[in-house]
Amino acid sequence: MILASMKKNGAILTAFALATTGSVALVQQLTAPRIEAQEKKHLMRTLTQVLPADKYNNELYLDCIESNAPELGPNGPHRIYRAKHNGQPVALLVQHITPEGYSGNIDILTALYANAEIAGVRITQHKETPGLGDKVEVKKSDWVHSFSAVKVQSAEDPRFNVKKEGGMFDQFTGATITPRAVVHSVNTATWYAHQNFDSLFAQPNICQEEQL
Amino acid sequence: MSELKTLAHEGLWKNNAALVQLLGLCPLLAVTSTVTNALGLGIATLLVLVGSNVTVSIVRNWVPKDIRIPVFVMIIAAFVTIIQLLMNAYTFGLYQSLGIFIPLIVTNCAIIGRAEAYASKNTPILSAWDGVMMGLGFAAVLVILGAMRELIGQGTLFDGAELLLGDWAASLRLEIISFDSQFLVAILPPGAFLGLGLIIAAKNYFDERKKSQTKPAAPVEKTQRARVTSLT
Repeated sequence: MILASMKKNGAILTAFALATTGSVALVQQLTAPRIEAQEKKHLMRTLTQVLPADKYNNELYLDCIESNAPELGPNGPHRIYRAKHNGQPVALLVQHITPEGYSGNIDILTALYANAEIAGVRITQHKETPGLGDKVEVKKSDWVHSFSAVKVQSAEDPRFNVKKEGGMFDQFTGATITPRAVVHSVNTATWYAHQNFDSLFAQPNICQEEQL
Repeated sequence: MSELKTLAHEGLWKNNAALVQLLGLCPLLAVTSTVTNALGLGIATLLVLVGSNVTVSIVRNWVPKDIRIPVFVMIIAAFVTIIQLLMNAYTFGLYQSLGIFIPLIVTNCAIIGRAEAYASKNTPILSAWDGVMMGLGFAAVLVILGAMRELIGQGTLFDGAELLLGDWAASLRLEIISFDSQFLVAILPPGAFLGLGLIIAAKNYFDERKKSQTKPAAPVEKTQRARVTSLT
C-alpha cells in the first residue's frame, strides 16, 4: 500500500524533474550562441575603449594569454590581450584585480604601450559605494582618463598615489580608499607588463580556438 | 467575468503581493534603485508568475497532494532559469545590472504562494489572469519605488533604459533635478525601506478614506492578518 504510493510519487517526481531540466537544457541550447556572442561583444566594447582603434589591426579578443602573476592580484589566472599592428607588438591589455577596494574586489582593465605609456584604464566590475567610490567608473566621472599617457617608471612609482599622499591622482571627497586601490593596482600591473612585455608577446596564443 | 474583475482587484490593490502580503521584499528592496532595474525585475517576475501559474494549473489534476510542493518548486525553478537565460541572451546589459537578483526570483514567496493558493485549484485561463494581475501589482510597486528612489537619489528617471529596451530608449532618460553628488540614503537599502513604508502608508490612507466614506459608523474591526495563502 505505502510502497505503491511511494512508487507512484517517485515516478511523478522523476517525470517532472526530467521535464523541467529538459526544458531548461533546451532553452540553454537555443540561447548559448547568442549569450556567447553578447559576452564577446561586451568584451570587445571594453577592449576597444582602452586602446585607440588606429593603433592596431588584429582582432583583440582572438589573441590572448593567461598569467598567474601575483602582481595582477588574486583570483588568477588573469587574461592579457595582445594588440598588434601588422604582426608587430603594440600594446598589452591586462585584466587585473585589486582586493584593496572599500568593499570587495575591483576588476580593472589597463592597456599599456611598449614604451611603458598607459593607453587607457577601465573599471570593469566593482561594488564600491554608489555616489562616492563609484566615480572610478567612466560612466560616473572622467577620473579614469587621468591615467592616459602616464608612463610607469618603477614598481612603486611615487606618482602613483592619490594627491594627499603625494601622488598625481585625485582622490574623491569622502572616498580615498577606492582611487588609492585602483592607482596602486594599475601601478603594479603595468610595471609587471612592462618588465615582461616581450616574453608575454612570445607566449603561445590561447584565444585562437574561440573563433566563431 | 466577475471572477476576472475580482482577481484584478485582488492582485493590483486589495491583496497586492508587495504592499499587503509583503512578499518578495528581497528583490524588491535590492533592485529598485532605478526605474529601469525595477521594470526589468518586474517584467521577469511577471513572466515567471504567469508561466508557473499556468503550468501548475495544467498539471494540477495529475500531481498528488503529498508531492505538490516539490513539483511546484521544480516548475518555478525551471521558469526562473529559462527567463534568466533569455535575459542573458537578449538584454545583456540589464542582466548584468540585475545580477544575482534574477535567480533570487525563485525565492519570491509570492510565486509559490499563488501556485499553491490559486493555480492548484483553478483553470489555466483564470490562473494565467491571476498571474498577470499579481505580477502587474508587484511590478507597479517596484516601478513606483524605483522612480521615487531614482528621482530623489540621482535626480533622473529612466537612466539606463537602453539596457532594457534597446538603443532608442537612451532618449527616454529625463534629468529632472541635477545634483552635484547623489543623495545616498535614497540609493542605499534604507531608502528602499523608507520608500516602501511611505507607499504602504499611502495605500492604507486611501483604504481608510474609502471605508469611512462608504459606511461612516463602522464598528471597530479586529486587525486582520495579511492573507497569504487563502483566497476564499
